[in-house]
Amino acid sequence: MYRETQIIESAKTTSPNGGPDAVDDGALVINVGPQHPATHGVLHLVITLQGETIQKIEPHLGYIHRSIEKMCESLSYRQFIYVTSRMDYLSAHINNHGCALCVEKGLQLEVPPRAQVIRVLMDELTRIASHELWWGAMAMDLGAFTPFFYAFRERETINDIMEETCGARLTMNYMVPGGVMYDIHPNFQKRVKDFIQLFTNKIDEYDDLVTGNIIFQNRTQGVGVLTAADAISYGCTGPVARGSGVACDIRKLYPYEVYNKVAFDEIIETAGDSYARYLVRIKELKQSVRIVEQLIDNIPEGDFQAKTKAVLKLPKGEFYSRVETARGEFGVYIVSEGGTTPYRIKFRSPGFSNLSALDHISRGCKIGDLMAIMGTLDLVIPDIDR
Amino acid sequence: MTNEEIKQHIITGLPNASFDETGEWLQVLVPVDAWKQFAQWLRSDALQMDFLFCLTCVDWAATPAGKALLTMVYHFTSTVFRHTLVVKVKLDRNNPEIETISDCWRTAEMHEREVFDLFGVQFLHHPDLRRLVLTDDFEGHPLRKDFEDPINMIKL
Repeated sequence: MYRETQIIESAKTTSPNGGPDAVDDGALVINVGPQHPATHGVLHLVITLQGETIQKIEPHLGYIHRSIEKMCESLSYRQFIYVTSRMDYLSAHINNHGCALCVEKGLQLEVPPRAQVIRVLMDELTRIASHELWWGAMAMDLGAFTPFFYAFRERETINDIMEETCGARLTMNYMVPGGVMYDIHPNFQKRVKDFIQLFTNKIDEYDDLVTGNIIFQNRTQGVGVLTAADAISYGCTGPVARGSGVACDIRKLYPYEVYNKVAFDEIIETAGDSYARYLVRIKELKQSVRIVEQLIDNIPEGDFQAKTKAVLKLPKGEFYSRVETARGEFGVYIVSEGGTTPYRIKFRSPGFSNLSALDHISRGCKIGDLMAIMGTLDLVIPDIDR
Repeated sequence: MTNEEIKQHIITGLPNASFDETGEWLQVLVPVDAWKQFAQWLRSDALQMDFLFCLTCVDWAATPAGKALLTMVYHFTSTVFRHTLVVKVKLDRNNPEIETISDCWRTAEMHEREVFDLFGVQFLHHPDLRRLVLTDDFEGHPLRKDFEDPINMIKL
């Protein structure tokens, strides 16, 4: 018997009769995933349907659980950062950034201004790349194939820029405690400026293609409504919570690096439906471009890395740092016993909390709407499983 | 609200709570039998800690002082007042039991399942306490310090 079959059998029996979660007679239990094109990864949802209406969604996780937290307990403070690129691989830079910040907090290390600006530039380019992939994939989930190629055309340019400076296209591992690993490539500034010039008009093109499309609007407006109170209770962050009117941008609330010196707006929509979450991300693209524009000509001269000891040792204590990834608040909680490896490390990943709201917001929706809801939650599975 | 004001608030409701101000945020250690009431009070009272942004557990078995100790760590913040509080609850490592708070913060349901899965903490009155990432027949709790897996774990 397959594991999936077992899960379906248990889903039927574990629901108590008469309770709010009870499966009515005639209900149909189906699997979406773990190999389903619209889940973009090995996410497995067991869905209870009444006709076409969703009664209940049960996420089953762990298909790519690698126990990264346990792994980190035996890696040094320099080594563990590389593992985190493999969690939310679309925000690899930002994950690395969060970890580097946490180690720096423990060491009370000052990062040189040049490194700070490079880090923020990389973060924002990553955010653009991540949102582009989301935009293309989301449109594809809803049946529009062309946007995917449009999005990847521009995303490719960012990947090339990353490759030139960091040596990798997806799992970058560029940020280290104390700064960044290498200085930027001599072509970096020119190529980023070329990209920005190219990209600014493209956002309008995206709007023409998808945002204003009446079919797209009908499929997303009023679908999967998450209220502000629920968003907070479910621990949602990032564009998911901001689509519900919750101000939660870490870059604004607890600014790190040079985010308090650049001008950008926190995008907040109040409708809470899939369309609102979509709008937040599309508008964030423009804000990220704004940040890059302000910084690209103002990279200060100086060191790209602070002087650090060969072996890093954090003092005994607890350290927590957080950054805003493309998906929301990414937190790193390190418990140190004074050694060269973390005693315990916990990654508070945004996707995990955002996923927990899926069951709540999908109940009562049609099964076709589920793709729109999952698309706008922007789930990255390794980020959830870890 | 400042740390001092939060402290005064907590002391009036829970006189035997102990505090630690060495970290970034105010930390309070709550006895396990007072935890549920304290959590409900955090959520509803003047503190309005409505956002639970991190819930985890630490196993102290590898330290000399904590042979039989697990600590639950809850990070709360208030989206209204923007103050943050870290709550810790010490559990008996051989029989870890604590009341669930998934009825106060919905995000706790999944996080508690994860802690149950990886640390073996029993959350009383949890609506759906099953393993989250590991298979149902998995033996042991991997994030505990004494967990051994000679095949899959590489020790450096």
